[in-house]
Amino acid sequence: MSCANKSRREFLGTTAVATASLAVAPGVMLIDMAHGRAPEEAASSSVRWGMLVDTNKCDSGCTDCVTACNTENGLSGDTSETGSQWIRKVELKDMRTGKATSLPMMCQHCAEPPCVDVCPTGASFKRADGIVLVDKHICIGCRYCVMACPYKARSFIHEALADQNPDVPRGKGVVESCTMCVHRVDKGQTTACAEACTKAGHDAILFGDLNDANSEISKRVSTFATKQVRADLGLNTGVRYQGI
Amino acid sequence: MMISLAKIRTLLNWKMGALIAALLTISAVSVASSEPESNSGRVPKPKIEIEKGDKCVEDEDFMRRNHMKLLMHKRDETMHKGIRTKKYSLQNCIECHASKKNNSVLGSNENFCQSCHSYAAVKIDCFECHASKPKVQPSAGFFHPIVPPATPGVAATDKESHGLSYSMRQQMRSNVNEQNNAGVTR
Ligand code: SF4
Ligand code: SF4
Repeated sequence: MSCANKSRREFLGTTAVATASLAVAPGVMLIDMAHGRAPEEAASSSVRWGMLVDTNKCDSGCTDCVTACNTENGLSGDTSETGSQWIRKVELKDMRTGKATSLPMMCQHCAEPPCVDVCPTGASFKRADGIVLVDKHICIGCRYCVMACPYKARSFIHEALADQNPDVPRGKGVVESCTMCVHRVDKGQTTACAEACTKAGHDAILFGDLNDANSEISKRVSTFATKQVRADLGLNTGVRYQGI
Repeated sequence: MMISLAKIRTLLNWKMGALIAALLTISAVSVASSEPESNSGRVPKPKIEIEKGDKCVEDEDFMRRNHMKLLMHKRDETMHKGIRTKKYSLQNCIECHASKKNNSVLGSNENFCQSCHSYAAVKIDCFECHASKPKVQPSAGFFHPIVPPATPGVAATDKESHGLSYSMRQQMRSNVNEQNNAGVTR
């Protein structure tokens, strides 16, 4: 049998199996297609991960998302000059009406990220699915991106670290910011902050695929008025807010 | 000027002598290195504590020479494309090679990574950022996490030995189901 024949057979074989499993368990297949990616499959631009924060549901005293993020990513959470924090609660007050708003702020995962534009080494980059990351293997710690980010989302690791979470490598001398929990997202899970918020019963943070018309986040974004913080900068952020 | 035959003969003899001496030295070294206790030879060798590792993801020889290339390739694939297969992943290396004594690949000159690197005076900086300990405590089982125990008489297919795809998908599915049950909307 020739090689070409063999691979054709194999192809036919796998197709048959795929079709069969689709017929046997359509629900399972659909879940996989909607949320999960096989580990060997690269992130694709058909997806744009994003988060929607409903500020009406965000409780001003609550810091569950911050705590969850610190725990998940092994951050100190301390707000001193050398402390690490990727998400903060921001308190806003309308001076005329007195209306107070509390909301979580993290890296906004801009579609046109200024941090990437200014990075001289290419360490700051945007993944195909919209998640903006720092490749710490390449980062030289110059902190141009820290200056360029309009959201003050980036910080620098000043001190040597030990006992990192194996899923979240972090070390001295490089810049870091919210990774949109990329290690969880790649496994088909939601972000730590969104999960914690839901667990606490607030349901203020919604994570999902902005490109998928059927996703909860897309439906909400297309139904309700949502805002990008500093929309005037035209960065097309992946994190959007409702009620500000 | 012509060299006399006698001169050529002495030259040859000298060369042969040197060759024989060299051969003798080589065989002496190889005798020494084939002795069981690694430090009994004249050349000290690293003492590596190998906990699991009856079977690595590639041949031992290949891994010795190329583990850094595999890791480098893998790191770029993971970081930029989000490809998170277990084969060649640093996390997976650590899961298998962490010592049972201190649950790490570093710490003493017998620990898996540190032994060779300090012997060869090659600085490793992976662990300034990456955890040197596995996420899960090493299990009692002695099998490589991504090389399933062979069933006698059944040849492992490529899919079984390399792809965690099936079990990973199962995992993913159960995660998704868990979240759906917990009412997480995404
Ligand atoms: S919010 Fe800041 S760090 Fe995040 S992508 Fe935009 S510019 Fe970069
Ligand atoms: S997505 Fe993950 S890294 Fe980003 S703020 Fe939320 S918990 Fe932190």
